[in-house]
Amino acid sequence: MRAREDYWNAVGEVLDPEVPVLSVVDLGIVRDIREEGDVVVVDVTPTYSGCPAMQVIEDDITAALHQAGASDVRINTVFQPAWTTDWISEDARQRLRAYGIAPPSGSAAAETELITLRRRVETIACPRCGSSNTEQRSEFGSTACKAIWFCNACHEPFEYLKAI
Amino acid sequence: MALSEYLLRLGDDRLILGHRLSEWCGHGPILEEDIALANISLDLIGQANLLLELAGKVEGQGRTADTLAYFREGVEFRNAQIVELPRGDFAFTIARQFLVSVFEALQLEKLQSSKNADLAGIAAKAFKETRYHVRHSAGWMLKLGDGTTESHDRTQIAIDDLWRFTGELFGNTDETLVEQGIAVDCVSLREPWKREVARVLQAATLTMPDDGFMQRGGREGRHTEHLGHLLAEMQIVARSFPGAEW
Repeated sequence: MRAREDYWNAVGEVLDPEVPVLSVVDLGIVRDIREEGDVVVVDVTPTYSGCPAMQVIEDDITAALHQAGASDVRINTVFQPAWTTDWISEDARQRLRAYGIAPPSGSAAAETELITLRRRVETIACPRCGSSNTEQRSEFGSTACKAIWFCNACHEPFEYLKAI
Repeated sequence: MALSEYLLRLGDDRLILGHRLSEWCGHGPILEEDIALANISLDLIGQANLLLELAGKVEGQGRTADTLAYFREGVEFRNAQIVELPRGDFAFTIARQFLVSVFEALQLEKLQSSKNADLAGIAAKAFKETRYHVRHSAGWMLKLGDGTTESHDRTQIAIDDLWRFTGELFGNTDETLVEQGIAVDCVSLREPWKREVARVLQAATLTMPDDGFMQRGGREGRHTEHLGHLLAEMQIVARSFPGAEW
């Protein structure tokens, strides 16, 4: 049975500890919340296999549900379908940009070639000044989900939530 | 071969390679690269965690990812020898990462449709991550191979040294597991792997070595002398303080 709306609202308040403008529902990692008897079961799919924030997120979801009145909470990890940044809503992308992180560009699902030797042509707009005169410094950044970019117009580095 | 044994192969390849990469943390040639190698290491250890946890569950003896990682002896590890070799210089680390990442990507791509739903799910996630690893290491192969004489020569030496360890990746997989649609036949990945590797080596002005004698044994628990040293470092805290939590 689909969980009561206030349980969904409670989980919708739980923020990603690394990107605290997005909730775990915005990110699309909460796949379902349902009531099985007295137990509230939350299906969660990890962003990255080794994401160290997952444990914190699970603890935060459990605490939020207890706060909302659930007596028994169970986190159920699901792997299929695999998480993709394509699930992040347009509204959430705008909040990311306002926070200073460029949102994922294009569709992760569109990638087909295993090894792309040519330089990728995508341009990521600087979240500060909006310039497209930017370049990638590294596909790996401060967390598993982010890449490091640099804006040649305002001469500031910025983070990019990479499409996966 | 039991499914748990197959899962140990997959998990151990990633655990040991992840540990080797983690040795670069704080020692990368540039900050961005330090961060990149640590990130890739984290992905691999995360994948190993999921695969070893599943191996323990399938085995049914109550072993967890932690007991499998920290309380097995070298002879019980099922990783291919190529991942346990010392990290070497940056060229060696990148060349190894490239050769292994391409193999892993091809393997995971197929494992996404494994009949074992848990394995298929882990593979689908890991495949996305591994594509980034392939792109990262292939990009460096181009920069190093087609860079200075020094970087070219070091990378060629690394590829030549590593080549005899690549054969083991394509060793036989249990026929029953393959027929059941659970495992991927690694022999069938050899040609696609060589094609992808050849394409990058050529663009990087590097020469693909001839296939000669191939070193084997890791899948049966026969390892190089390097694995024991790695395990000593990786396992010492868990073994010194059994049951410790923090």
